[in-house]
Amino acid sequence: MSDLLKIKNLRVSFRLPEGELNAVRGVSFRIPKGKTVALVGESGSGKSVVSQAIMGILPRAARISDGEILFADPQTPGTIIDLAKLDPDSARMRQIRGGRISMVFQEPMTSLSPVHTVGNQICEALELHRDVNKAEGMALTTDILKLVGFPNPERAAKTFPFELSGGLRQRAVIAMALVCHPVLLIADEPTTALDVTIQAQILKLIKDLQLELEMSVLMITHDLGVVANMADEVVVMYHGEIMESGTADDIFRNPKHPYLKALLEAVPRFDMKPGERLKPIREIKHHPDNPILMAKRDRRVICDDDPPLLEVKNISKAFSIKKGGMFSRTTEEKVLAVDDISFFVRRGECLGLVGESGCGKTTLSKIIMRALKPDTGSITFREQDNSLTDVLALEKNALFKFRERVQFMFQDPYSSLNPRMTVQELIGEPLFIHGMTDKAQRRDMVEKLMDVVGLAPMHINRYPHSFSGGQRQRIGIARALALQPDLLICDEPVSALDVSIQAQVLNLLKDLKEALGLTYIFISHNLAVIDYVADRIMVMCQGRLVETAPKHLLFKNPVHPYTRALLSAVPEPDLDHPLDLRDLMEGKASNPADWPEPYTESHSNQMEMIHLGQGHYVRAFKGAESLLQSHRETEMV
Amino acid sequence: MLGYIINRLLAMIPTLLVISVIIFTLIQLPPGDFLETQIAEMQAQGENVDQAKIEYLRQEYGLDKPAYLQYLSWVAGLLQGDLGYSFEHELPVTEVIGDRITLTIILAFAATLFTYVMSFPIGIYTAVKQYSLGDYVFSFVGFIGLATPNFLLALILLYFANVWFGTSIGGLMDPQYIGQPWSLDKFLSVLEHLWVPVVVIGTSGTAGMIRRLRANMLDELQKQYVITAKAKGLSPLKILIKYPLRLAINPFIADIGSILPDLLSGSVLVAVVMGLETTGPMLVNALLSQDMYLAGSFLIIESSLVVLGVFLSDLILAAIDPRIRLGGGAVK
Repeated sequence: MSDLLKIKNLRVSFRLPEGELNAVRGVSFRIPKGKTVALVGESGSGKSVVSQAIMGILPRAARISDGEILFADPQTPGTIIDLAKLDPDSARMRQIRGGRISMVFQEPMTSLSPVHTVGNQICEALELHRDVNKAEGMALTTDILKLVGFPNPERAAKTFPFELSGGLRQRAVIAMALVCHPVLLIADEPTTALDVTIQAQILKLIKDLQLELEMSVLMITHDLGVVANMADEVVVMYHGEIMESGTADDIFRNPKHPYLKALLEAVPRFDMKPGERLKPIREIKHHPDNPILMAKRDRRVICDDDPPLLEVKNISKAFSIKKGGMFSRTTEEKVLAVDDISFFVRRGECLGLVGESGCGKTTLSKIIMRALKPDTGSITFREQDNSLTDVLALEKNALFKFRERVQFMFQDPYSSLNPRMTVQELIGEPLFIHGMTDKAQRRDMVEKLMDVVGLAPMHINRYPHSFSGGQRQRIGIARALALQPDLLICDEPVSALDVSIQAQVLNLLKDLKEALGLTYIFISHNLAVIDYVADRIMVMCQGRLVETAPKHLLFKNPVHPYTRALLSAVPEPDLDHPLDLRDLMEGKASNPADWPEPYTESHSNQMEMIHLGQGHYVRAFKGAESLLQSHRETEMV
Repeated sequence: MLGYIINRLLAMIPTLLVISVIIFTLIQLPPGDFLETQIAEMQAQGENVDQAKIEYLRQEYGLDKPAYLQYLSWVAGLLQGDLGYSFEHELPVTEVIGDRITLTIILAFAATLFTYVMSFPIGIYTAVKQYSLGDYVFSFVGFIGLATPNFLLALILLYFANVWFGTSIGGLMDPQYIGQPWSLDKFLSVLEHLWVPVVVIGTSGTAGMIRRLRANMLDELQKQYVITAKAKGLSPLKILIKYPLRLAINPFIADIGSILPDLLSGSVLVAVVMGLETTGPMLVNALLSQDMYLAGSFLIIESSLVVLGVFLSDLILAAIDPRIRLGGGAVK
């Protein structure tokens, strides 16, 4: 056969206390030599189980109940091995696993052992599958580390995983998977946990290495943008079955199956028309006369010269990190998490805050919440009666009252809800704390809030574990809305959710903003999501505010090199807009020292936000206006 | 690293000083002193008490001085290696406890070794084969081990050792070797007697350790890096030893701080029941009869062992776990 791997009618079932669960139900597809096949689906669709079945690393409760996984190793032409029939612990299977087929996992933070060096863990694979001695092994290890882009591979081999950033760890995991030159690489959500700029680099790396090593790739992902950029063939899975499969061209230009169409429509895109709504697979429905939604609070329409609801001025916050420790002298280092940031939010506006992990966006939001104390700066909040409050000076009772005005929505729907509290207790807790002590009244309010976020009030006594991720996130929204705040800070509210659920939650947040006249600060690393919900966008990098502009201006005409890199790194679910990796500056875009003039920082220059017109500001030297202007003009030509 | 070690060693000095004050206060807390207890005992038995001799002894040992002076002279003695004088045994403390400490350490070392040898394989097995028949059997036996009072097990084992092997009841050696210098025969006799207390003292520790190791291993076995190792094609046994086991043993090293003092004073009840010449029963007696220097010496030795043990376990942890060695001290 001409294909490297052929899966025929594969069935995998799990033995659970409740009975048999068929996770994969008759799946057939092929992986041609040297090509990339993308396996797409939401969480729970069984796509990871398929990959585990190929690798022979199914969990203990699972077994292959039927079907064949035919593997034609080009090293031994003519022989075809059925991996489904091999004992997963047998020597033959172990030879194939890691040697001929290897895998990259989703979580770079946990998929390496914390107590062994990177070199040790990579070399281990070599010693298993290749006849090499220690010195040769280490030499090959440094070679592969260099290939995946470690600047100093000898040193990298001696580091421990926890000393590396997420992106570097994932490179180490990829190096480990590739060191034996497998014919098939299975990548299970290899970039989901990474920032977009790093994701783009990793995707490019996999593509380059694929060409160099002539291997096939099975890419498991739920991100259709990644699929459009990587795949030759696409297989769409839903509930353990294949819904549609074909070449990437077929799938994106001519989707047939309604599930696939729905999935494509649920992803936020950059080219959406103003006012166009995402179509989640399941829409949220409210009770038609919910008093919370009906009682539109009396608020004016936003206009540009409105006084701001929240004004933040020159906020800085430094954390001290102790470095070194037992073998060297301890040095205390100050890291500026938030560096002299000023901005404002108008009433009724949604301000998007974008940046990579570690850029200080969460620290900033915590400062606004008064959960952290800034080193310098001031924050002013405008009450409903137009009086101004100095947020940082609030104490005791006044601070307690202020808490009703600003609420927070968390990223992780799993750990942000106490598993030992029912929905009623969870949503009712802020009400109780802020003085609604009457139980019946509170229950009534909780039921209305549940309806607002589209949860059935009959589930009021359930515990969080009986809800899905999206439903939990809606519980979080209801809890944040309980006190009827003016300002809602949403910290990556949809990054843990599947695309279809993401669309549902985003639409809900949008609707609630209109209905309740809320103001949002919406934090995300996903630019398409920000583009969908935000009116105005701020871009942060390494604690600095680098660019801020109304949405349409920022996306049409990004000025700062970091913003450009960020925008170019977003994979779009569209074959006509492949990733352009030139603006990535080889990963240097997020390092302020590498920014070109006039954005570089030096001691002699003072940086400031320069106004380019129409509310578009960019961080540059003081007095660089003319330079910026000429830059823009040359680009226009 | 060197600076860290010196820092830690220096920090021990105030710690031990505070401990010595607490120990001395505690020993002095009950009313009266050793002589008064002695007199009361003699009077109760109808014997005559020579007031002049009592006064002489009281002056000789400084019992008539204020407490802080007594404390100072005790600490000064400790610093010079003089543990003081045991009233009850009428011998310097060093001589009283010397032989006992040797025996105690032999016993405790054997018991600890027994615990580790037994519990590691079983703990790993029960974790890897969770909910298998073997897991249930070992867990059941382990729970019995936890629940049975040690002294009961001691009595049963002593009985069978006597019936089956003719081992003499009680003690750590046959009676004729007591007080004799060490010889091969004496050593063999000790070995013959040693296994019963080792098994008795070891089982309770083993049962607890199996449970903890099993729980730790179960946590580690589910970690992603185990699957990564599997995906590399490693054999199951190699995976087990190189990855999860390596990470599961940290708590056991952290335990050294509590194991060391246990070597000295642990299992008093068993030692009393079995008539073992270890330090445990002697400490209890010394406390009862207010033999203050003997009791104080035991307690200060033990506290020093705790402090030293914690220090040692910190050093070992730093040596085997790079996260502690390199990542330490990062403060939010």
